[in-house]
Amino acid sequence: MVDRQEWDVVVVGAGGAGLRAAIEARERGARTAVICKSLFGKAHTVMAEGGIAAAMGNVNAGDNWQVHFRDTMRGGKFLNQWRMAELHAQEAPQRVWELETWGALFDRTKDGRISQRNFGGHEYPRLAHVGDRTGLELIRTLQQKIVALQQEDFRETGDYEARLKVFQECTVTRVLKDGERVSGVFGYERESGRFFVLEAPAVVIATGGIGKSFKVTSNSWEYTGDGHALALLAGAPLLNMEFVQFHPTGMVWPPSVKGILVTESVRGDGGVLRDSGGRRFMFDYVPDVFKDKYAESEEEADRWYDDPDHNRRPPELLPRDEVARAINAEVKAGRGSPHGGVFLDVSTRMPAEVIKRRLPSMYHQFKELADVDITAEPMEVGPTCHYVMGGIAVDSDSAAARGVPGLFAAGEVAGGMHGSNRLGGNSLSDLLVFGRRAGWHAAEYASGRAAARPRVDDAQIDAAAAEALRPFSAESGEPAEGPPENPYTLHQELQQTMNDLVGIIRREPEMKQALEKLGELRVRARRAGVEGHRQFNPGWHLALDLRNMLLVSECVARAALERTESRGGHTREDHAAMDRAWRNVNLLCALTDPTGGLAATDPVRGQITLARETTEPIRPDLLALFEKEELVKYLAEEELYE
Amino acid sequence: MSSYEARFKVWRGDVEGGGLEDFAVEVNDGEVVLDIIHRLQATQAPDLAVRWNCKAGKCGSCSAEVNGRPRLMCMTRMSVFDRDETITVTPLRAFPVIRDLVTDVGFNYTKARQVPAFVPPEGLGPGEYRMMQEDVDRSQEFRKCIECFLCQDTCHVVRDHEENKPAFAGPRFLMRVAELDMHPLDAAEEAGLDRRRTAQDEHGLGYCNITKCCTEVCPEGIKITDNALIPLKERTVDRKYDPLVWLGSKIGRRSSAG
Repeated sequence: MVDRQEWDVVVVGAGGAGLRAAIEARERGARTAVICKSLFGKAHTVMAEGGIAAAMGNVNAGDNWQVHFRDTMRGGKFLNQWRMAELHAQEAPQRVWELETWGALFDRTKDGRISQRNFGGHEYPRLAHVGDRTGLELIRTLQQKIVALQQEDFRETGDYEARLKVFQECTVTRVLKDGERVSGVFGYERESGRFFVLEAPAVVIATGGIGKSFKVTSNSWEYTGDGHALALLAGAPLLNMEFVQFHPTGMVWPPSVKGILVTESVRGDGGVLRDSGGRRFMFDYVPDVFKDKYAESEEEADRWYDDPDHNRRPPELLPRDEVARAINAEVKAGRGSPHGGVFLDVSTRMPAEVIKRRLPSMYHQFKELADVDITAEPMEVGPTCHYVMGGIAVDSDSAAARGVPGLFAAGEVAGGMHGSNRLGGNSLSDLLVFGRRAGWHAAEYASGRAAARPRVDDAQIDAAAAEALRPFSAESGEPAEGPPENPYTLHQELQQTMNDLVGIIRREPEMKQALEKLGELRVRARRAGVEGHRQFNPGWHLALDLRNMLLVSECVARAALERTESRGGHTREDHAAMDRAWRNVNLLCALTDPTGGLAATDPVRGQITLARETTEPIRPDLLALFEKEELVKYLAEEELYE
Repeated sequence: MSSYEARFKVWRGDVEGGGLEDFAVEVNDGEVVLDIIHRLQATQAPDLAVRWNCKAGKCGSCSAEVNGRPRLMCMTRMSVFDRDETITVTPLRAFPVIRDLVTDVGFNYTKARQVPAFVPPEGLGPGEYRMMQEDVDRSQEFRKCIECFLCQDTCHVVRDHEENKPAFAGPRFLMRVAELDMHPLDAAEEAGLDRRRTAQDEHGLGYCNITKCCTEVCPEGIKITDNALIPLKERTVDRKYDPLVWLGSKIGRRSSAG
């Protein structure tokens, strides 16, 4: 017997987007359940360091939503779903201020307002922050707001969980459907291995990203692309999955910490990048589209920190894709640091006390993990897989997933907002703006269905249970297919494949090779066997997560092969230039055989079908925010003509 | 790069019982204890249960006891041990075991719910909050807490005294009370809530006898005792000089044991 409960809205994921969605849904009257793989308050959002981008204009009064919108579109190379970028820029300040009313304590300006810091791609100091632990402040504030709502419910009903409950350490493996529309979710408790079903007319997916498919990543174990895969399997398409952000500065040594993030605040606050000869190489890598916005000399760049109105920004603060490619090129040219990165230096730029105050976690992280004192010597850094811009295709205003009524998505798992490359600081604001919108529209949708709740089909539950139990019987079953496989080994091979063949610089033959390897891994993953029993068994959990990582990896590889240009987080060595003809093209990934259910056994035919779609033209009043000369660099002829 | 083989003893078992299991496992330059636990999973014990997330000391998930000392496994370098030393990894002792290194930390979530939330000041809307940096510094220090619960694990009030748990919130949540009490705009008092009194009466502040064990294990270096608990005690004592408050505190309650 599978335990079944009824809720109005189920939120999958308890990071910034999931918690913000849950708060909104509950405040709008929906009985809301949140499901998360880790303990409550441990989500990947805690790792966000730099800040929340919001045009409050506290530090430079010239800032406003239009400037933020422009920066976001430039950062994304104009592929952004422009309505999302507009809503995001308009609503971010409200979302930040609201956090203060829930108890958040940001760093302050001299006149007592929320302080804002510089960041890559942002014209003005825009990031609300708390030292370099902003994500922790965000998650804790949302967590404590949830507790506050539960305390309210307790006073009224005597039950903390009457209207808002967190199911922690649970994994969802299937979104259930009644015909076309959502009817709930199927999952298991990690602690006991017991299955459960939450019936609900509306499901918000807020599961974050996919980084665990790559070997060098700043992402935690949770980032296995669960929400992307759940949406695909439920029949919703994914958008522009080729765009994966490699953060320019991850730790490169020692090997066990390779990939751990070094916050962009290091550069925002004055840190510089140098090659092995001590040269600030970023001046060589300012692309044409940004030429007039970045300093040409070290002197000008250094003056900018004190006088931003009369000097241009240092090129270390270019968008992340540009900096990551530059570092990659320097290392390849033999000018890298001893452990295969480049040098990032704050020690010669700021007094030790200032570094410790402004970058306490970085100081701590390098001291503890690498025996490096960043107040006295440079750090070694290199690119690390950090964020996926691609994701579930959603309606900009309502966060509703396309094609599946009752399914919503917000945060990293949703596509479109960031176009081909996300600016630092735009993630935390994205979580808040669209988390709230997803919760709002999910609650509204659910209340409209109150009278006719969708039916949960027993056959779907049985199929989901059989799928989840498969790893336990894999060892004894069907010897003709081959020996049982170790899920950890499969995972390592997948990570190496994506890292080497669909990584920061991409080439056609390598991506084709990756697709073949993914096919082979998919067949072998059917034989992933596990030892032991269902109680808190990490081998079993990984065997189940492999399905999601393989699906999502195929989406990334197929879309990357298809897009024959370089733009943002997608760099092709064989198509090195940005091509205006691709500016208005979205690539949609859908499951080839949605009825097939379990993983396909044929290694040749993939599971994913691609479709091209022309994007909606950018609204004229938004286009008018840019100079014509700038638009010419991005937009296709016919778009300009209109 | 130099590798060697280390000897590990890892507690394995569940609520029914268990014991230390011996392993010999490869260790490479720069690795931390959590890397070794992961290597055991991948090569020798695929079902070895452990919690972890960020592997960068930011989420507070991988708490365990290494050679008897509460620590984050992701921040414990192998280089701090002698190569011939056997390293013993056991679950947090103050919480019931679920399986292997995973414990039931539900106690902490229960206590978190018992601390009344931030009370927003009346008449100040979003965007109108004004606070000086020096006035938020103290509470910000406490908000660095990553909720690893090492302080809760090590605190002698509950470590070997299960019977104290209902009356004692532990250092983490007493610090939460202090954080809210020191928040420049918290309007609890205006709403009729005396946070200092609740620290004493409802969260067991009196049990704390400031041995600073919590401060010693805090991976964030928060001065829990000096900056949160002692000031909270002092503020509470100020109140107790009020004879009415003092009288009220003596009626119908046993005095605390700490």
